[in-house]
Amino acid sequence: MTTGKTDIGTLAPKGGGFDPALVNKLMGKFGHGGFLNMEYVGHGDNWVELAIDWREDLVADPDTGILASAVIISLMDNATSMSIWTKLNEFRPQATMDLRIDYLRPSPSGQRVYGRGICYHLTNSIGFVRGYAHNGNPDQPLAHASGTFIRTGGQAT
Amino acid sequence: MSALYTTLPPYARALDMTVVDEIDGAPVIGMPFADRVQGRPGLLHGGAISGLLEIAAIAAIHQALRAKGSDSNIKQVNVTVDFMRGGLSQMTFAVGEVTRLGRTMANVEARAWQDDRDKPIAMGYMHYLIKAKREG
Repeated sequence: MTTGKTDIGTLAPKGGGFDPALVNKLMGKFGHGGFLNMEYVGHGDNWVELAIDWREDLVADPDTGILASAVIISLMDNATSMSIWTKLNEFRPQATMDLRIDYLRPSPSGQRVYGRGICYHLTNSIGFVRGYAHNGNPDQPLAHASGTFIRTGGQAT
Repeated sequence: MSALYTTLPPYARALDMTVVDEIDGAPVIGMPFADRVQGRPGLLHGGAISGLLEIAAIAAIHQALRAKGSDSNIKQVNVTVDFMRGGLSQMTFAVGEVTRLGRTMANVEARAWQDDRDKPIAMGYMHYLIKAKREG
């Protein structure tokens, strides 16, 4: 996510809360999310889990079929970004300030990758997030993420 | 002077990234704007910017290894991306700089920009493990 107009806000009318499944229908069908075919998996009070299916054109190395690490960044960017709106129960325009990913192991050929983004703290202007990626078993993570998002505009009205 | 590293991974080719130039011996990667790299309407997705930074970093390190006559493999350990400006709907460039190339690890810094290289839209800081190819 980068800065921009509050287009997603139109999906979350004032006082109507925030539905990550619905919003992912926009973020996961068009643009970069659509290219990666990002799917909604589940959410809780402060987390959202999304997933991307393995695809030949998303690999880093044709010999091993290992998924390109950047696919994990995009997955974690979207999942953590949505975790903030989920915790707020409202959309607010924001931009990724920074994002760090530790790659514990590669995501193997043919395997779906899941990314869970968690908003663990929220101030008036900053959303603090972390998360992890896995191949179906959250106890065997393949990457950890942490980052911050900055609010770029007022409350969606 | 070793030949410029130009064989990009399938992921990079899928996003239409190509080697367009070189700066200080490191390949400059270009990525045209298209729907598949778009986040909010008219703006680049942070993940696509990060992908461009990672491809530039990988290209820089391969180029540096090649210049040393090394055929070692690399394994990425982590990345930190700082986003400084929104990416507009135009061509984006990135180049990596290998700030240290040791026997077991390398530090790489990558910069992404659009019109002005002195106004980066994002910077990436990466660590890579250097893995010598096994004999036989």
